[in-house]
Amino acid sequence: MSVAKREVLPLKGSNDVVLARQRVRQWAVELKFSLVDQTKLVTAASELARNALDHGRGGSMTLESLVNGVRLGLRMTFEDQGPGIPDIQQALKDGFTTGSGMGLGLGGSKRLVNEFSIESEVGKGTRVTAARWK
Amino acid sequence: MDRIPVLRMGPLLLITIQVDMHDKLAIQLQDDVTNRISEWGSTGVLIDISSLEIVDSFIGRMLANIAAMSRVLGAETVVVGMQPAVAITLVELGMSLPGVQTALSVEAGMELLYGAVTTGPENERGEA
Amino acid sequence: MNDLAEIISQNENKLRSEWIRTMSSAVERSDLIGKAELNDQCASILQALVEGVRTSGAENLAGAGWNSARELLNSISSSRARQGFSPLEIATFVLSLKQPLFALIREKMAKSQDALFDTIWSATQLLDQLALVTTEAYITTREEFILRQQQELLELSTPVVKLWDGILALPIIGTLDSARTQVVMESLLQTVVATNSRYAIIDITGVPTVDTLVAQHLLKTITAARLMGAECIISGVRPQIAQTIVHLGINLEDVVTKANLADAFALALQRSGRTVVRTSAAPRSPMSGLFTKREE
Repeated sequence: MSVAKREVLPLKGSNDVVLARQRVRQWAVELKFSLVDQTKLVTAASELARNALDHGRGGSMTLESLVNGVRLGLRMTFEDQGPGIPDIQQALKDGFTTGSGMGLGLGGSKRLVNEFSIESEVGKGTRVTAARWK
Repeated sequence: MDRIPVLRMGPLLLITIQVDMHDKLAIQLQDDVTNRISEWGSTGVLIDISSLEIVDSFIGRMLANIAAMSRVLGAETVVVGMQPAVAITLVELGMSLPGVQTALSVEAGMELLYGAVTTGPENERGEA
Repeated sequence: MNDLAEIISQNENKLRSEWIRTMSSAVERSDLIGKAELNDQCASILQALVEGVRTSGAENLAGAGWNSARELLNSISSSRARQGFSPLEIATFVLSLKQPLFALIREKMAKSQDALFDTIWSATQLLDQLALVTTEAYITTREEFILRQQQELLELSTPVVKLWDGILALPIIGTLDSARTQVVMESLLQTVVATNSRYAIIDITGVPTVDTLVAQHLLKTITAARLMGAECIISGVRPQIAQTIVHLGINLEDVVTKANLADAFALALQRSGRTVVRTSAAPRSPMSGLFTKREE
């Protein structure tokens, strides 16, 4: 598996979340993902970018296009140097919101992608990686 | 800061969301809707999201909030025109927006709000 | 190294015709590819070989000078795969160049044994590598083809039928796994929008078992439809399925279910404000209109 293209975007203000969505959309269109898959990728990006901004006090999003034989993929990595997540398992559960909760959107985002991982250390920061294959 | 326009049509409020909203815009809309309902005594709110290509948990909560707040103020809300890809993604995300009424189109939404029953085109053609 | 390039380019015509001549008929497959096209392909390959050896050398197949050769072999291999050649035939097509090439090298370099051996060694390694390139390209083409077929099969097995204005039916035949659910949802929801249909009847007569997972998939579809403003009715619930649902404690409170499609259709008609009225008695036999005056 190899990385064909890479781009880093800052996540400093609420407008950056909109920009992040647009960029993910552009990459997904270029990689010829189906409309539903595009929507899932952009929505996951929106959730995770917002998390990095609101809970992580700002950070960055890295986009990478992946190649594995015939298959193409898009990987998004969200990093922040914020307070970190003390209980990751709980955070994944809290993401399951029915519209009135204050979930972190993590659990939901996980369901929108094929590969998902979180690394977090209290006081140091968080890194969330989400990838979707065509 | 630009706002999403809230139009008045008799007892109804009409809102068409066409832009990729950032969070502040969404919060502004919630405020505007509740203010207008109070001001104009509206009894129905129609939100057209047929142009929205993304609805994430924040926007989803905004829609649920508008519906809930409006109901407290005596108005019913209908969200119309959700795109298929958006519906599929929202469900996967875990949001079902239980307190929000929905309709396929602005027309269907208005019928719902006015309490009319859909009669269908064949009645106009005079067939059974 | 340049010896190899020179030998090929200076004797291109002879080499090409020898190559085609010694190609066994099994590899030539005149039923699949015409003589002129075959000639063109061989000429292009020889040209690319020369360019590759001259630019990047016979050992360094990753070098930029070999890009056009790789592209050429990839496309020849893909098109032959589609034409129906086997991977063996495609690889042998490349390897059969060895015999005439070695004969040519021996003829031109008879005077220096060492150089002769080195050149033949380079040539054989090179052609082996290139044959492997064609095999890899073949496999890639087949994999893409299989993926496409799988997708088509998924789509074909979930038709959405319009029963009436604003009423759709979706008969599901077979097990409902998560991959199928995605296809079902997309297909149904797109048709809902296209036909402006408020009611969708999902018939599960053809679904063998309904466990918690299948129920979840169904619920997802129903929820997504509701978010768009359409209402789903589940029909075709067999007695065993009803028992399983209750035993598993699956909550279908908000879902309307009917035992069969006809009942579901009647319900959808009613909900959309329609009734069915009989206008005249149906004729008793096909002949009844022939000998008697037809009743108005």
